[in-house]
Amino acid sequence: MSDIKLAEAPPGIEGSGFFATSFDKVVGLARANSLWPLPFATSCCGIEFMATMGAHYDLARFGSERPSFSPRQADMLLVMGTIAKKMAPVLRQVYIQMAEPRWVIAVGACATSGGIFDSYSVLQGIDEVIPVDVYVPGCPPRPEAILSGVLRLQDLVRNEPMRRRNSDEYKELLNKYGIQ
Amino acid sequence: MGKISNQELIQKISSKFADRVSTFSEPMGLLTFETSKEEIIEVLTFLKNDLDFNFLTDITGIHYPEQEMPIGVIYHLHSFRQNVRVRIKVFLEEQNPSIPTAFNLWRGADWMERETYDFFGVQFEGHPDLRRILNMDDMVAFPMRKEFPLEDPNRVDKKDFFFGR
Repeated sequence: MSDIKLAEAPPGIEGSGFFATSFDKVVGLARANSLWPLPFATSCCGIEFMATMGAHYDLARFGSERPSFSPRQADMLLVMGTIAKKMAPVLRQVYIQMAEPRWVIAVGACATSGGIFDSYSVLQGIDEVIPVDVYVPGCPPRPEAILSGVLRLQDLVRNEPMRRRNSDEYKELLNKYGIQ
Repeated sequence: MGKISNQELIQKISSKFADRVSTFSEPMGLLTFETSKEEIIEVLTFLKNDLDFNFLTDITGIHYPEQEMPIGVIYHLHSFRQNVRVRIKVFLEEQNPSIPTAFNLWRGADWMERETYDFFGVQFEGHPDLRRILNMDDMVAFPMRKEFPLEDPNRVDKKDFFFGR
């Protein structure tokens, strides 16, 4: 027999021939275990991400089997590396092209805060142009740290209420970034 | 053709331009001299056509705020056949520095002049498409000038407040 471990069912009421739980939890379970990543790699953090996707660390174990190089079919934008101010509109456009629900991980010091590049030409953290869900520290972070970031994001996704994307708070958040 | 010596070059350039070129020096063996923005195209044309400097290695800028003519434009030329390089400097005034374009001599000057304009604000007269090349289009300053602060003013995590100062 294979030793593949299946995701655990959410808590609910089980009886003969039925299982009742809340819709939120089922959708959260499905989303959290099939996050399709969109790598936006501009520098050395991207190299660490390649190791993360490779056979040894194998991000696919957590349901991110298919890296999507089109933003249209991706759920999780991983921004890895220094984002110059000239690149910022491109990153924003990629984020806008992603369909809801969408999440963003800022991997490494540069994407998080500009890192060592405290310079007029470098964006001081991608949260100046798009909302970020998880920040991964490190310069560059080890693949374990990137995996940890993805697992933290899975926690967020699993527990996200269905109504969040329609809520006023969420619309306000996007409006703050000028995204409709 | 073998390598031409710097002394020969100095002699040829001086006999052609006399006092219109100045300040010959050879730091690290690289022949360097200055000229003015009125003469620069004639000097470059002479070097290209008569002395066989066929390759424009680079055009760049420099800013010495303490000088009377603070903005410099620096040309690096290379002669493949004679295996020798020269460097030509032209200094300009700080307010609206301008200089004729070298685009008509070397098409490669296009992007080099755009870069020099982008970072130092030097206007290259006659350039076909003088706009910023590396920085954002909506930038108003010329960031490699010494008065421009290099650190990003939007950054808050280095404020004294966070260090108990």
